[in-house]
Amino acid sequence: MLDDKESYGPDSDVVVSSRIRLARNFSKYPFPFRMSKEQGLKVLDEARESILNNEKLSNEKFLFVDVNQLDSISKHVLVEKHLISPDLEESQKDSGVIISQDGIISIMINEEDHLRLQCIFKGMNIDKAWNKCNELDNIIGEKVDFAYSNDYGYLTCCPTNVGTGIRASAMLHLPALTMTGYIRSILEACTKLNVAVRGLYGENSEASGNMFQISNQVTLGQSEEEIVSHITRIIDQIIEQERVLRLELHKQNPYKFEDRVCRSFGLLCTARIVSAEEAVKLLSDVRLGANLGIIDDIDVNKVDELMVLIQPANLQKISGSLLNPYERDIKRAELIRKTLKG
Amino acid sequence: MLCQWCQKRPASVHFTQVVNNNKVEMYLCEQCAKEKGQVTFGSPFSISDFLSGIMEFASDNGYRIQSEPRVICEKCGMTYEEFQKSGKLGCGSCYELYHDKLDLLLKRLHGNAVHCGKSPGSKQQGMALTQPKQANEIDGLKELLNKAIQNEEYEKAAEIRDRIKNLEAKQNKPV
Repeated sequence: MLDDKESYGPDSDVVVSSRIRLARNFSKYPFPFRMSKEQGLKVLDEARESILNNEKLSNEKFLFVDVNQLDSISKHVLVEKHLISPDLEESQKDSGVIISQDGIISIMINEEDHLRLQCIFKGMNIDKAWNKCNELDNIIGEKVDFAYSNDYGYLTCCPTNVGTGIRASAMLHLPALTMTGYIRSILEACTKLNVAVRGLYGENSEASGNMFQISNQVTLGQSEEEIVSHITRIIDQIIEQERVLRLELHKQNPYKFEDRVCRSFGLLCTARIVSAEEAVKLLSDVRLGANLGIIDDIDVNKVDELMVLIQPANLQKISGSLLNPYERDIKRAELIRKTLKG
Repeated sequence: MLCQWCQKRPASVHFTQVVNNNKVEMYLCEQCAKEKGQVTFGSPFSISDFLSGIMEFASDNGYRIQSEPRVICEKCGMTYEEFQKSGKLGCGSCYELYHDKLDLLLKRLHGNAVHCGKSPGSKQQGMALTQPKQANEIDGLKELLNKAIQNEEYEKAAEIRDRIKNLEAKQNKPV
């Protein structure tokens, strides 16, 4: 077992996870949407060969998942876990994903680009994710000739990704900024700084568990390190503001604040029917309370896991059967009660 | 106001339908509207619409890219019109082919059109890997140049000739 600090990652009170994604294409084939069936299969084969049979990657315990062979629930489970994208889920092409056993690395094959290398770490770990992804890219790059031009860098299907092909992002839990409405000014500032912010589970931020994903927009004309440090500085500032506001809100009216947190916790521990929307909202309160020490004996990692496991596909996967929305709400309540009490 | 269908969630969509000359108006929440399948929210405005919008804007703006002979990418068969419509490139060679048009688009998207991040093999082999690639590029361009001359597209041929000159100059520079 990892010790506590290691398992949460730095700044985990605000940052749930950090992610780096690199878009890469094989130089000898057209991009996925222009490939023939044979070319698609070749890409799939060559990608598997260069990754799964790569001696320098023999330490990683990789698993190849043939996405086309999965049923729709299993596919959506991977989307909810952020291991594949909605685009890959719906892809009609021969596509797949290589996932490391620890869930840190996922490599999508034949999504919009031939390869999408992704590394996710818990907490504020964008640097660590970049180092890992960079290393992975170097190792695979020794086996594969990537589409690259001196002027434009790594060539991608969509011109919004060309150059470094990098997307650096972090998932932030921002309940205080959302409650006070300051999130609006953060959104505005981020847009001006070429940084995208979007709600995680649906557009309505209140219903999304106050989770936001922050990512860079520019991929060309800056080095990977510049992009990573730019976004890191922005996130650091958001973390500071969120912390100040949390304490301020608590100080202003501790009874009201603690009442909200404890009611949410109580509801989750006892309710028999819970929709995903309600659950995510209540879990957000619990996460906030746990991080401020209002609720003891609760593992924030478990709360983060629940945010994923209560989503429809994951819930049905756990239950091992197809459930209608009403049955899901019952199962969801059951799972939450068990997890929070256990 | 609550959704008139489920009476649960707040309504956010004003939905109008004409059935047998009767106008039906409803205020729905997004979910109900989606479930009723009458409105598609997925992407009212996709990235490709957006990109082609930028490009059209660019062409109207005095940058002469109108009324050119049909250009087709040799490697993947993508035409410029298709690229304009989808906002996506078909293969690595398209970047070379649509070079001049892309520069403007990339500047608008990224504020810049020159890569300065890592390159393949930069760690292990320095410039070694990029050299043969440039040579290939020149060969490809020379082929295009011959085609252009055959098709009597002299303006385009002149452009390609200049690009070959530039590349050769780059290559002969001591590294």
